[in-house]
Amino acid sequence: MNLYAVRALYDYEMARMRRTLVQSIIAPVISTSLYFVVFGSAIGSRITQVDGISYGAFIVPGLIMLSLLTQSVSNASFGIYFPKFVGTIYELLSAPVSPFEAVLSYVGAAATKSVILGTIILATAALFVHLQIHHPVWMLLFLVLTSVTFSLLGFIIGIWADNFEKLSLVPMLILTPLTFLGGSFYTIKMLPPVWQSISLFNPVVYLVSGFRWSFYSSGDVSLAASLGMTLLFMLLCLAVVYWIFRSGYRLKN
Amino acid sequence: MSETLQAGTSGSLAPAMEARGDVVISVSNLSKTYATGFQALKNINLDIRRGEIFGLLGPNGAGKTTLISIICGIVNPGAGRVLVDGYDIVRDYRKTRAIIGLVPQELTTDAFTTVCSAASLSRGLFGKPSNPQHIEKVLRELSLWERRNSMIMTLSGGMKRRVLIAKALAHEPTVLFLDEPSAGVDVELRRDMWQLIRKLRDAGVTIILTTHYIEEAEDMADRIGVIHKGELIVVEDKVELMRKLGKKQLVLHLLEPVERLPGELSGYSLALNNHGNELVYTYDTQAGRTGITALLTDLSRLGIRFNDLHTKQSSLEEIFVKLVGDRQ
Repeated sequence: MNLYAVRALYDYEMARMRRTLVQSIIAPVISTSLYFVVFGSAIGSRITQVDGISYGAFIVPGLIMLSLLTQSVSNASFGIYFPKFVGTIYELLSAPVSPFEAVLSYVGAAATKSVILGTIILATAALFVHLQIHHPVWMLLFLVLTSVTFSLLGFIIGIWADNFEKLSLVPMLILTPLTFLGGSFYTIKMLPPVWQSISLFNPVVYLVSGFRWSFYSSGDVSLAASLGMTLLFMLLCLAVVYWIFRSGYRLKN
Repeated sequence: MSETLQAGTSGSLAPAMEARGDVVISVSNLSKTYATGFQALKNINLDIRRGEIFGLLGPNGAGKTTLISIICGIVNPGAGRVLVDGYDIVRDYRKTRAIIGLVPQELTTDAFTTVCSAASLSRGLFGKPSNPQHIEKVLRELSLWERRNSMIMTLSGGMKRRVLIAKALAHEPTVLFLDEPSAGVDVELRRDMWQLIRKLRDAGVTIILTTHYIEEAEDMADRIGVIHKGELIVVEDKVELMRKLGKKQLVLHLLEPVERLPGELSGYSLALNNHGNELVYTYDTQAGRTGITALLTDLSRLGIRFNDLHTKQSSLEEIFVKLVGDRQ
C-alpha cells in the first residue's frame, strides 16, 4: 500500500478545506443556524411536540443529515472534478496509486470534513435547543457511515461530470429534494398512508430515521432497516467506483 | 546537478537496473484506438535505451502524447505490451510508475496551492517519504526557491513550466518524459532547461523528449524516432539518421551569373540558385567518390569561375519534413 500517497493526497485535500474554511464550514453552520431560528424558534414554537420531543430538538438530526449529505457530495465531487477540470489529474493517473488508495484519500478527506461539520452543527444546535443523545455510539456510526457513503456518491458525480453544471445537477435536483422529503423536518407518520408508502422508496428516510433514533430512540423505520439501507447504498457506490477505475471511465480514455 | 537528483540513479536501484540490461522501455506491437474510433497508434515497436536522450518527433496529432500517456499510465493501452525496467506497465504499475517522471505538454497546475506544497505532493504521490532537502535542491536548481511560498496562480507561464519540471523531479525518477517542454517558454528558461536535462542525463536519467523545435532535438538527442499518423516511421541514431537521410551540398558563389548550365555538366546533380549567382552541387557522402574534384576541374575547363564556396548538410528539420512529406 502506498501510504505516502494516501497521506499526501489526504493532507492536500484537507489543506483545501482550510483554504476554503468559509465555504466549507462557516457557511453551512450559518445556514443551519438560520434553519433553527426559522423552523425551531419561529415556526417550531407553534408546533406541538413530535413523538414527545420538542420540534426544535426533533429537527436537529434531520438538519445535521441535510448538511452532511450536501457537503459530503459537494466536497468529494469537487475534490476529484477540479483536477479533471484543470488537468492536474494526469499526476494522480501516472502515480503508483491504486484505485483503493485514491478513493481512500479523496473520500476519506471529504468524509472527515463532513464529520467535522456535523459535529460543529451539533454543537451549534446545543446552543438553541436542549439535546439528548440516547445512543452516542450509534450516532457516531451513522455520522461516519453517511459521510463516507455520500462522499463516495460525490466522488462518482465528480468523475461523471464534465462541466460545472453537471457537478451541481445531482445535488440540486435529486439530493436536496430527497432530503427535504426524507423526513428531515417531519416524521413520515404525519403523511397520508399513500405518501408514507412512497416515502419508503426514498433512501434518505432511512438515513434520517436511523440518525434520529440514535438521538431519541424513535424513528420512522427500524434501526436494522436504516443500517441495512445505508450499508447497501455504500456497497452500491463502492461497486460503481470499482467499475470506474477498472474501466477508466471518464478518466483514462 | 544536485546530489539528491543523482541519488535516484546511483542508489540502491542501480544494481537491479543494470541487471535488466540496456533497454529501459520496451514497447511491443502497441496500438490504441480511442472510443471515437480514432486510431492514435498503429503497432508501435520501440526500445528506449537506458541513459539516452530519445527525441520523439512528429506533427500535431501524430500520436506522440498518446504513446507517452500510455507508458505513464494516463491512457489505457489497446493491444500490445509495454515494459518499463522489465516490468509490465499494467500488471506491475506500481514499480513502473514509481521510476517515471512526466512533464506534461499543457501548463496544468493547481493555481491555489504553493510551489513547495505542489512539489511535496508529487513526491508523496509517487511513494517517497518527505524529503525537504531534496525538494529544496530541485527548487533551487530551477530557480524556484525564492518563490516556494508563492501561489502558483501568481507565477508567469515560464515559472509554471518550471513548477511542472520540479514536480516531475520531486520523486527522483530514473526515466523522465518531457512532452514539448519548451513550448511557449522564453530563451532563458529554455537554456536553463536544456542545461538541467544534460545534467540529468549525465546522472544516468533516461530522457524521452518530444518537441516542435527540431533544432533542439538535433542538439540534445542521442537517438531520434519519428511518428506520423500513429506509425513509427523511423528510429535511428541521430548522427546515423542525418548521415543516411541527409544531403550534403557544395555551394559555389559564381563570379558572374550563369543563365543556363552547359550540357557538359549534365552528369552532375547541379542547380542554379539566386538568379544564377550560386551553383549548388548535391552529392552522396556515402559514395566512394564525391565528384567534387571532377566538377571543379570541369568548371575550370568551361571558364565558370567562382569567388567563394562552402558546404552545408541537411538539418534534422529538413530530414523530418522530408520523411513526413513522403508519407502524406
